[in-house]
Amino acid sequence: MNKNGKLLIAPSLAWLSIFFVIPMLIVVAVSFASRTTYGQVVFNWTLDNYIRFVEPLYISIFIQTLVVALITTVITILMGYPLAYMIAQLPKKWQQPGLILCMIPFWINFLIRSYAWVIILRTQGVLNTLLLKAGIIDMPIQMLYNEGAVMLGMVYALLPFMILPIYVSIEQLDRRLLEAASDLGAGPFTAFRKITLPLTMPGVAAGTILVFISSLGMFVVPDVMGGAKSALVGNLIQNQFLSARDWPFGASLSIVLAVLSLVLIILYYKAIQAQKGGERDAAKDVA
Amino acid sequence: MQQKTWRSHVLLAYSLAVLAFLYLPLVILALYSFNDSRINAVWTGFTFKWYEQLFHNRRVLEALTNTLIVGAISTVVSTSLGTIAAIALHRYKYKMQNAINGLLYLPILIPEIVMGLSLLVLFSQFKVPLGKGSLIIAHITFCLSFVVITVGARLDGMRADFEQAASDLYATPFQCFRYVTLPLIMPGIVAGALIAFTLSIDDFVISFFVAGPNSTTLPLYIYAMVKRGISPEINALSTLMIGAEILLVLLAECLQPSHKAKEED
Amino acid sequence: MTSYAGTIAGFMTANRRGPRGAVIIRKGCDTKKMKDMVRLEGITKKFGDHVIIPTLDLNINDGEFLTLLGPSGCGKTTLLRMIAGLETPTTGKVILDGQDVTNLPPYKRNVNMVFQNYALFPHMTVKENIRFGLKMKNVPDEEAEERIKQVLYLIQLEELKNRYPAQMSGGQQQRVAIARALVNNPKVLLLDEPLGALDYQLRKKLQIELKNLQRGLGLTFIYVTHDQEEALTMSDRIVIMNKGVIQQDGTPNGIYHHPHNTFVARFIGESNFFALDGQSYALRPEKLNLCPEDEENASHPEPKFFGTVVDIVFYGTIDKVFVRLDNTNDTVVAYQYFDDVQRWKVDDRVGIWWYDRDGVMVENE
Repeated sequence: MNKNGKLLIAPSLAWLSIFFVIPMLIVVAVSFASRTTYGQVVFNWTLDNYIRFVEPLYISIFIQTLVVALITTVITILMGYPLAYMIAQLPKKWQQPGLILCMIPFWINFLIRSYAWVIILRTQGVLNTLLLKAGIIDMPIQMLYNEGAVMLGMVYALLPFMILPIYVSIEQLDRRLLEAASDLGAGPFTAFRKITLPLTMPGVAAGTILVFISSLGMFVVPDVMGGAKSALVGNLIQNQFLSARDWPFGASLSIVLAVLSLVLIILYYKAIQAQKGGERDAAKDVA
Repeated sequence: MQQKTWRSHVLLAYSLAVLAFLYLPLVILALYSFNDSRINAVWTGFTFKWYEQLFHNRRVLEALTNTLIVGAISTVVSTSLGTIAAIALHRYKYKMQNAINGLLYLPILIPEIVMGLSLLVLFSQFKVPLGKGSLIIAHITFCLSFVVITVGARLDGMRADFEQAASDLYATPFQCFRYVTLPLIMPGIVAGALIAFTLSIDDFVISFFVAGPNSTTLPLYIYAMVKRGISPEINALSTLMIGAEILLVLLAECLQPSHKAKEED
Repeated sequence: MTSYAGTIAGFMTANRRGPRGAVIIRKGCDTKKMKDMVRLEGITKKFGDHVIIPTLDLNINDGEFLTLLGPSGCGKTTLLRMIAGLETPTTGKVILDGQDVTNLPPYKRNVNMVFQNYALFPHMTVKENIRFGLKMKNVPDEEAEERIKQVLYLIQLEELKNRYPAQMSGGQQQRVAIARALVNNPKVLLLDEPLGALDYQLRKKLQIELKNLQRGLGLTFIYVTHDQEEALTMSDRIVIMNKGVIQQDGTPNGIYHHPHNTFVARFIGESNFFALDGQSYALRPEKLNLCPEDEENASHPEPKFFGTVVDIVFYGTIDKVFVRLDNTNDTVVAYQYFDDVQRWKVDDRVGIWWYDRDGVMVENE
């Protein structure tokens, strides 16, 4: 029975092997291939696709992507932390609704959420109409299709990814520590800086990983809200697969993207494990 | 004391502003789906006509049908596979536990775009025609991990002694599963299914790579319309999707054990 | 709540009519012709490199109320779970009523368990919980109804049969857990700290009810607890365990008055230890007597030790007198009753004496 029971995991593993692992391996293979003029993939084991990264155009896109990801992460921390903190301070019965309120946008896809901003920001959009009516401007301003719009869209899309992990870490914080700090003479701000902030850093780290990785691979927001100049790596990949039909180059780009994401996740995981391990050792010492 | 309330007022105001930032665009989107004017952002009157047009648009209805078919099939398959896997993981220790966990969680962690294009490459290498079939396969693949996690959380929250008590009361392993484990984890399975269904009907990125000409789903249809220009129909369609998703998420949330109210005796 | 006692007779006669009624009726506590109901032979248990039970043999008689007593982690629950089939011994045999059940899964063993937190199925009513075992064994509906009726009557919860566990108090849940086990007519009832979650008053009351129930049914109970008072009140026989090893096996009376070693003496009740002629002696505080240091022509034995009173603490009917011994600096405890003529004060010099019959020679651990 035991032996057979263990096999229950097999269907899922088989599914993921066929439709997740094998496709990834093929993408790795394709990234070392070339293409014919008609877009056919030829497996001739070349590094050309990776060497192409050094072209100034692609380097600037990579840098642009990293910069956007970094700024998005910082802004979402600044916006998300206070909100998560406030929800965690709410009376118990309001916490769950508060959290759900932050979770709902998490489930609505980036496309619809970016489109909502298009309605607001386009030249005949809500904001321009309001400003015109108020007499602040005489001519509609072009607010879309620039880097600022992309930044706005990215922050908007990824903010929920930051709020949730931070909320969880604040919520798990032992309130007695704050009472102890206050009892020992720390004012609310000192208590926050010395106790809450350091102890909720794992939540901030988790949110950072989620937001940073998601913004690296994002292509919907720049596609809908950005112009041709604000293309990111995600758009570049999309382009290679759907318009340029240069699959080998697209494959090499996505391998780099995937490897970068995984490295970040592994670093995060190692850091968390090290911290947990430290706690466990400390507990052992006490016992 | 005075200072403390001053601080908490600022925090409250800031938090409300952030919440407004999250919701205001969605509210405006919904609001303008009832605006009579086609082009302008000026409010010209309340109307349901964009919704009516949606229901008479053959292509929208087709996309809706596709979305529901793909959503239903991938929910059923991913929920079944994922539940079985979660139970196996809960019950047995595997030698390659880390590798198995890695394989189950990786699809969530890898950028969506990479997953989408890798499936496109797979289907094209093996000459699988793009259509509802390829869409369903892709959706099952990304829903599976979420189901395993949701059902797994429910299983981990269940006290071990229920199964032991059943076994002590002469239930064979199968009867134990049928009469005790399954009913107790049912809310987790339903929540997992709801999450899978929400992810499926909401998915754009992966579907974008693996859908064929006859398998347009609602998000793909919205994308095509957005690319062509702004129209109140998109607002109406988006509003309906947002409504459906909020409903599904709230349902799933009701079924999840809240992390504070752990099962007590 | 009324006690079980009055209803047991009804349960027994009612059972006699049932097709399987004969199983549950055994001849009271007929301790003369003792038959082994459970035999544990050469049991060892390891979890990985961690040895829980080094090696252990134990016989449990038919109709006996046996308590496994020890501190947490002493292996008593592991032992109980081995009898239930929820754990498998690393080596050794579990023999139930003459049959080797070592490798039988729990659902093929005719024993039932009352779990520590009852483990009542939360999605089933009281009646469905009780019916569960009968349903799994495919007992015909009519007979099942009859047996459920009997146990519901026995535990006095007939009017709550359609409630869910969450709608009941801890004490009521505990009764349902017992009924759910008893309805199957098990050969042995295993109880894993069944009263641990209840408050003191209710625990006291249920201790007596459980004991009466066991006596009335003549059923073998194996009871696990870390509460020495509970063990002393309820058991026919107590097995004291520490670190997977049986320290002493005997009647409550024997264990209390004649502990074999310092562990048992310390674990059961309060004990003072004295070293005399290279031997350890254990003495209960009530057996220690104090006299003035310079007393002459006393009618009692000579004081064996001398010391100074360091503290006196009020404990209701008695005072505890703490005395620091001159030679070892150890502190010992004696009792002073409210009607004693001699009232001790802190810093009084005292002699300590006892009757030789009260000093119990104990092995060091």
